[in-house]
Amino acid sequence: MSVRLNTRQVGDVVVVDVSGRITLGEGSSTLREGIRELLAKGHRKILLNLADVSYIDSSGIGELVSAYTSVTNAGGQLKLVNLTKRVNDLLQITKLYTIFDIYDNELTAIRSFAS
Amino acid sequence: MAEDTARETSPIELSLDSRLESADAAEELAIRVAREAGFSEEEQHRFGMAVRETVVNAVVHGNRYNARKKVYLRIAADKDRLTVTVTDEGEGFQVENLPNPVAEENILQQSGRGIFLVRAFVDEFRVRRAAPKGAEVTLVKYRRRD
Repeated sequence: MSVRLNTRQVGDVVVVDVSGRITLGEGSSTLREGIRELLAKGHRKILLNLADVSYIDSSGIGELVSAYTSVTNAGGQLKLVNLTKRVNDLLQITKLYTIFDIYDNELTAIRSFAS
Repeated sequence: MAEDTARETSPIELSLDSRLESADAAEELAIRVAREAGFSEEEQHRFGMAVRETVVNAVVHGNRYNARKKVYLRIAADKDRLTVTVTDEGEGFQVENLPNPVAEENILQQSGRGIFLVRAFVDEFRVRRAAPKGAEVTLVKYRRRD
């Protein structure tokens, strides 16, 4: 299964429920397009819910980084919530946990945008 | 007990097209071989991902998607280890020339983490020039004794 995105608004935060595989090819371009569309619509507070991401490869990790830099460069914030153990492991190995703001609870993550 | 169910299998050799779908096939095969050899689920995952990333590297950076070039995959398992060789027909690469993706100046780069992850997920990683051309990458993953 390739990646699927479902967006929902919680206050002024857009939560993107990401599911499936974020891998080189279709999976990574779907995420890129999704972030681009949200920015084009003026959203600047974006929370990626990765609970149902079953697999991510180095290209998928690159897309998360790209999403982060796109949102940051647009003056916004992109945060991550509900990482699976494997995704968390990859962010640890690549030291990207030092870059991303990561939460294990959605409510806490949403509230963090206000502070 | 994984030790009891481990068994040695004949090496499997495949010739893969220079397409991204080849990485899916290679990963699937690697996981199956690791599973049948009695490796744990986490080791299967890491081994599969290492093989996937190595084949992606061969297709994208080695053969540059050239339909006339192939990626050759060989997977062998015994009671102690999994060994994979991935050979492309590209220009070869020097692993020491690859940028360090966790260095501060590279941490926000979109790409460049594939081989880094491969090295994190296996116990041995070797690259040599293939004859007449290309890169031959060998990965070895040992069974955990703990």
